Amino acid sequence: MSDVADRVKKIVVEHLGVEADKVVENANFIDDLGADSLDTVELVMAFEEEFNVEIPDDAAETIVTVGDAVRFLEKNAA
Amino acid sequence: MRRVVVTGLGMVTPLGSGVDATWSRLVEGQSGAGKITDFQVDDLACQIACQIPRGDGTNGTFNADEWMEPKEQRKVDPFIVYAMAASTQALRDSGWQPKTYEEQCATGVLIGSGIGGIGGIYEASATLIERGPRRISPFFIPGRLINLAGGYVSIEHGLKGPNHAVVTACSTGSHAIGDAARLIAFGDADVMVAGGTESPVNRLSIAGFAACRALSTGYNDTPEKASRPYDKDRDGFVMGEGAGVVVLEEYEHAKARGAKIYAEVIGYGLSGDAYHITSPSEDGDGAYRCMAAALKRAAIDVSEIDYVNAHGTSTPLGDELELKAVERIMGNAAGKLSMSSTKSAIGHLLGAAGAVEAIFSILAIRDGIVPPTINLDNPSVETAIDLVPKQAKRKEVNVALSNSFGFGGTNASLILRRVS
Repeated sequence: MSDVADRVKKIVVEHLGVEADKVVENANFIDDLGADSLDTVELVMAFEEEFNVEIPDDAAETIVTVGDAVRFLEKNAA
Repeated sequence: MRRVVVTGLGMVTPLGSGVDATWSRLVEGQSGAGKITDFQVDDLACQIACQIPRGDGTNGTFNADEWMEPKEQRKVDPFIVYAMAASTQALRDSGWQPKTYEEQCATGVLIGSGIGGIGGIYEASATLIERGPRRISPFFIPGRLINLAGGYVSIEHGLKGPNHAVVTACSTGSHAIGDAARLIAFGDADVMVAGGTESPVNRLSIAGFAACRALSTGYNDTPEKASRPYDKDRDGFVMGEGAGVVVLEEYEHAKARGAKIYAEVIGYGLSGDAYHITSPSEDGDGAYRCMAAALKRAAIDVSEIDYVNAHGTSTPLGDELELKAVERIMGNAAGKLSMSSTKSAIGHLLGAAGAVEAIFSILAIRDGIVPPTINLDNPSVETAIDLVPKQAKRKEVNVALSNSFGFGGTNASLILRRVS
């Protein structure tokens, strides 16, 4: 895993209280990791904080899996 | 009207987590007060508080992880965590866990708080000012709302009956129990999880209550001496944190399942002072009328009251006004009454106070012990009433009355009686 993927995984484990081995690339935050709509908002905020990047609402809506987050951040984070 | 009894007790207080830890330390005359160490106090007039002893959960310490998942704790202010702990304790104690849909719908929650998530509001305000609105968590609002204590409890235990919350400052816990009892009496529910919770020990709350000149400021170096109701050297209350929750149940419902019955809620009275936003009315009229209303509802003679758990906050004005009101209502029966303020030991738990103190009143009935008013060295006035100075005493208690009076002039009295 890339550095970005490791950092994403750490945030997801911390915020959703899930086992690290469940946080795989195609894991869906809501369907597979037990997040609700508020959790996903907070996750996006945590990504913004960690990667010092702004994720607009329309982009946030496309981030539904761990892999989506990693790809977005690899592309957009400074 | 249907009869309402108490079948479960739960609490988290500055003397410990759980009813047994708190009650045994209270009866021993221990104080839960100490110097505040977890935030800056050197510029505050009051630098002390009664805080919950935290630890791994053994020896009466409070381990939040036992009562709420860490990832959920992160989203809420501590008053919600305390409510979860006290509610789970009370439900376990009662042995009632609704299973069928009908049982769930007949079981409700009524937990209040005086000021709810004031600590979290303070922190989020700082975030908003320093870092802007995009840094405000989606859990900011649901984790601070007062009725979310009851919301979380209902979700945890599957309670689908009435879901309500009370906000009446320092009378909250008493109003919550009284109102919940009425919901059962009227048939809106068969079982109610009821009480109060508060997490006010933070820099903003201390500064605010100190500005009201309500807090003790003269005992920063001897915190365990600061809360001294009725004593001539008292100078204000000591802030406390925690929660008290009872399981209330319709009498036949409790009997049918063979539940342990602690006491019956026989009286509940309410009144308003219509006088001042923070000071009690000078003639003690509001206190007198809420006790009178509770007595009328209970349909007992005043001489039947054995013990009063006083509001008694240790403020210069309030203690004597309440004492006079109790003397007035007791009349010739004052000489056989014991009345103590357990705030001397646990401080003032604001919205949780009335619920915790109702539980102490119930335990006085159960054990035949009246808890002491610690630090009462020199009473500021003479009275025929036994204020239980310094040491608990054995006394048969069949009927107990618990008083709570709040900012805004909101008063509540509960009367509890042994069920024989």
